[in-house]
Amino acid sequence: MANIELHNVRKSYANGVEAIKGVDLQVADKELIVIVGPSGCGKSTLLRMIAGLETVSSGNLMLDGQIINHLEPAERDIAMVFQNYALYPHMSVFNNMAYGLKNRKVPKTEIEQRVIEAAKILELDQLLDRKPSQLSGGQRQRVAMGRAIVRKPKLFLFDEPLSNLDARLRGQMRIEIKQLQRNLATTAVYVTHDQVEAMTLGDRLIVMNQGKAEQIGTPSELYNKPASLFVAGFLGSPTINVLEGSLGKSGFEAESGHKLDRRKFPYSGKASLAIRPEDLHIVPVGQEDFRLRINMIEELGSETLAIGTVENSAQKLTVRLPKKTSLSEGALLSVKLDYKHSHLFDDHGKRLEPEKVEHRQQYSAIA
Amino acid sequence: MQKAQFHQGVSPYLFVAPQVLIILVFFIWPAGQAIYQSFLLEDAFGLHSEFVGFLNYRDIFSDPEYLDTAVFTLLFAATVTFFSLTIALLLAVQANSVIRGAGSYKTLLMWAYAIAPPAAGLMGNLMFSPLIGDFYALINASGIDFNHHQNGSDAIFVIVLIAVWKQISINFIFFLSGLQGISNSVTEAARIDCPSTIKRFWTITFPLLAPTTFFLLVINTTYAFFDTFGIIDVTTRGGPGASTNTLIYKVYKDGFLGADLGSSSAQSVILMFLVLALTVFQFRFIEKKVHY
Amino acid sequence: MPTLAINTPTGSRSGVQVMKLLRLLMQHGILILGVLFLITPIWVALMSSTHTPETLFQSGLQFLPGDYGRETYAELFTISSGQLSTSAAIMLLNSLALGLGFAIGKVIISMLAAYGLVYFRFPLATPLFWIIFSTLLLPLEVRIIPSYKVVADLGLLNSYTGLIVPLIASATGTFFFRQYFRSIPDELLEAARIDNAGPLRFFIDILLPLSRTMIAAIFIIMFVVGWNQYLWPLLMTTDPDYYTVVVGIRQMFQVMSQGGDLPQFNLAFALTILATLPPVLVVVIFQRMFIKGLVESEK
Repeated sequence: MANIELHNVRKSYANGVEAIKGVDLQVADKELIVIVGPSGCGKSTLLRMIAGLETVSSGNLMLDGQIINHLEPAERDIAMVFQNYALYPHMSVFNNMAYGLKNRKVPKTEIEQRVIEAAKILELDQLLDRKPSQLSGGQRQRVAMGRAIVRKPKLFLFDEPLSNLDARLRGQMRIEIKQLQRNLATTAVYVTHDQVEAMTLGDRLIVMNQGKAEQIGTPSELYNKPASLFVAGFLGSPTINVLEGSLGKSGFEAESGHKLDRRKFPYSGKASLAIRPEDLHIVPVGQEDFRLRINMIEELGSETLAIGTVENSAQKLTVRLPKKTSLSEGALLSVKLDYKHSHLFDDHGKRLEPEKVEHRQQYSAIA
Repeated sequence: MQKAQFHQGVSPYLFVAPQVLIILVFFIWPAGQAIYQSFLLEDAFGLHSEFVGFLNYRDIFSDPEYLDTAVFTLLFAATVTFFSLTIALLLAVQANSVIRGAGSYKTLLMWAYAIAPPAAGLMGNLMFSPLIGDFYALINASGIDFNHHQNGSDAIFVIVLIAVWKQISINFIFFLSGLQGISNSVTEAARIDCPSTIKRFWTITFPLLAPTTFFLLVINTTYAFFDTFGIIDVTTRGGPGASTNTLIYKVYKDGFLGADLGSSSAQSVILMFLVLALTVFQFRFIEKKVHY
Repeated sequence: MPTLAINTPTGSRSGVQVMKLLRLLMQHGILILGVLFLITPIWVALMSSTHTPETLFQSGLQFLPGDYGRETYAELFTISSGQLSTSAAIMLLNSLALGLGFAIGKVIISMLAAYGLVYFRFPLATPLFWIIFSTLLLPLEVRIIPSYKVVADLGLLNSYTGLIVPLIASATGTFFFRQYFRSIPDELLEAARIDNAGPLRFFIDILLPLSRTMIAAIFIIMFVVGWNQYLWPLLMTTDPDYYTVVVGIRQMFQVMSQGGDLPQFNLAFALTILATLPPVLVVVIFQRMFIKGLVESEK
């Protein structure tokens, strides 16, 4: 049983740099929340503040309704998995896992029982006498996880735990972490810069940018209703297409001169339209919004991407094509934009909702 | 990011206390004494002393023997540093490139680090001794009139030789580890880009060794200034005349043998500033190195 | 070059091989010269110490073993008058005491201080840091006379305390340990904090075992540095019972340069060997550790 709440949490350093500029967050019991963002956005700092490794400059940090701002890390009943694992290099796997329990004066028999139990779950039972240097990267990662789970903490904290593994192992460990967290039913906060990891792991995501939470929500909310241009651009692969232009009474007009969205918005002025490559469709000649000159075809096996330039402009776009295509580089595509799926953002990158569809606004962005 | 730290009231002071206490008693106090004494003039019996301001300093700087000593010390330091670094670098480069016997060469070239300067000094002194030294006989047989007990430049030659000999090992160790620290991929890239071994050394290897070289430069200067005391004390004792007097040897002679505390203290203070200046120099290079 | 290789394959290949061989010869030649340069003096000293003073006086330095070695070394260990006022046994013990005392003291004191400085945040940290590291800038030698006075005032002349403790005042060891501690990843401390380890427990459970190699390396370096001290023991010890071997060398030099009887060159050489052998052996035996410690300090 554990839920955490962050109330306007801020972090500023002595040199005046503000690393966290006021974050509000509620993590429910048993939830896995992923903090994601580019490097330097403050995601690790936020996690380390929850851990107690960084002090909180202002705001409140609450665990189960109690303010824990001033508690030492060891007093917070948390466990953390570090990016470089931080295993004690001179201790065996067993002692690495047991060390925290020993320091909490847990009886010896119980330590042994808990470590062996955790080792079984993580398939480390054959390796308990080894030193970290004798383990593979994946095994070290498991030991770091084991060290966290033997403690049976209220809260798991993960600081980019998979970033030192190769791609294949990363995919595999991702599934294991998710299953483990569900089976143990422990609340968890997970930091990553990898959007795929974030989307697949998190019950909810918090996308951070420059010390602020851009948006908090489920993966599908974030993907389908990005609250800002930043979130739209950060999630999704291939990256979302962004067209600069302006919004007026008659809708959105791109810089290339094409009218692309005729819905009405409560805004006029400079704006951006973002559309995912899968929401651009190839149509028979004459029905298109614009024509695209293909510069490059990327065949990825399950799909094919066409990267091209909008005719008579410098605007680059990516279009997702069906698996098999006879198109070749240099060809001219007739493209139509599915504007139910286009996202509009104002001059500051904030999401705009069209006026007509008022019933949708309850889903609108939190940030 | 700053190193994660504990915040506990008294405990850090307890950890630091022994070191600080020793430093206060045996470093700060004597250093302060030196500065204080340097402004005093004692009578011949050491009974009375009076405050004389910068008189001791003025005396020192107007003493031609002191200036000679200072110039000699700088030249001596430069010569010893240059030769020991050059020889050590030459050896380290060879030891780094041979495959067979690399380990043995390393051992055979590094052990001399452990020799005490006076031990090296006495051996050198006897090698060139007019009484039994074969090298004395050898040099004189070749027509050169050589006697390091009587001739100043011969004495300089002998102490430079001994000082260089004693310092090669440590320079060798650092150069070799510096060379081994150059990543293989850089070496390989250089082999593709530059066919000439010698040019490769001067354009790639040597610049990459620069941090090590700067570090050694300072180590060697300090060595030449201070650690050679032991060599000089059992070979030439600053003589003949004052031809091999270094600054530290003069401090010792004036202060301990000559019992001129005021002058010796002032000399110590000057030496402190000299060393300080050298170290500031070093720190600037270390800073550079960090941003390398 | 490639065209040449195609035109005359056999000729150029053997040419390249000759070049390689020449280079190899040159490399080994330089290395062997270097080794000879370093070893000759000590070899001559060792060989000459096994000859009678008469032989040395009549036919100079000796390059081959003689048959007077036992007598030479026996004399060093037995006499307490004549050329030396102290038996070599006592001098060696004093050197050992100085080397070990200096190394042990230095390791303990500097490790504690470095731990305090690296792992704690406390108000006086910065001034204390500067006090400690200012000693790096100024070796004992520059303040030798006032240091002598302080030790004399404290009544510590001719004592092991007076011999060893002032030498520990320099922060070299603290600097080594500080550099090493800073290279240990932060996450280790953070993991330990989450594992409920306080400062003392972290020091004993994590830092001490992690630093084993570093401690050994610094110990070896400091032992050699302590053993080889010269100027300080020279001033400190007027009682021959406190002479170290290295100081004994000076005495030997003094006796010889005074003239008079036939100088006992064999004894001088033998004492040099005795002063040199222990630290050299330590350095050679623990070579790997020693070099690691030494080089680590540069970083």
